[in-house]
Amino acid sequence: MKLRRDVFQAIADPTRRTIISLVALQALTPTAIAENFDYSRQTISKHIQILTECEILGQEQKGREIYYRLNPNGMKEIADFIEPFRKLWDDRFNKLESVMKNYKSEK
Amino acid sequence: MEHKTIVKAEKEKQEILITRTFDLPIHLLFKAYTEADLVEQWMGNKVLKLENKPHGSYQFEKKDEKGNVLFRANGSIHTVNENQNIIRTFEMENTPFPVQLEFLDFEAINSETSKLIMKIVFKSVVDRDNMLQLPFAQGINMAHNELQKVIGQLK
Repeated sequence: MKLRRDVFQAIADPTRRTIISLVALQALTPTAIAENFDYSRQTISKHIQILTECEILGQEQKGREIYYRLNPNGMKEIADFIEPFRKLWDDRFNKLESVMKNYKSEK
Repeated sequence: MEHKTIVKAEKEKQEILITRTFDLPIHLLFKAYTEADLVEQWMGNKVLKLENKPHGSYQFEKKDEKGNVLFRANGSIHTVNENQNIIRTFEMENTPFPVQLEFLDFEAINSETSKLIMKIVFKSVVDRDNMLQLPFAQGINMAHNELQKVIGQLK
């Protein structure tokens, strides 16, 4: 249950939410992440640290640089992370079903 | 109760399996994928092109009220077997996401029910995980934007 509370704490902050959506698109260095904000590098580092501690972000060493990305392995509650993906497809398929039921009755 | 749409994404694999049972005969399910005006209705995108034949292609687009393109995707259609399967690629334009390969298998369960098994293969495990987590990331941002809107109205 601890992790769950931590995840909520992590996403409660708008800056951290933005960081999550940035690294969801591609792995980024702390510098590249910080470029998206007016805050100091230190402030951004603090947010990255919290997200890493909550196992939302994972680190990846590429040469000299450390890249951050959404953490696929450490996410013990992976179901929580993929539920929005499942929901997206479920909604889409529900729509398909209703469109085709109307189509059938129109004929 | 088991969900109608099931997503299976095993760790360290570069594929996703999406399975869905429909209260529709198989020919109607298949039609939903091959007729442009039906695709537009359920996907909510404009269909710019849809050629359902081997070596055909498609392109979908979504614009906001002002005409700005919010989303555009395209792909090549490799195989189309009526009421059986479609094999195609999918790529979101202007995003870092690489192209993905999609296998759509249509199965009749009985005369009124059918099933779609969609297997999506990604360039890498990381690319798969990024795609899997995109709605999560967008979701929390959207929730945040909604909250901002509500707060904005209070002012």
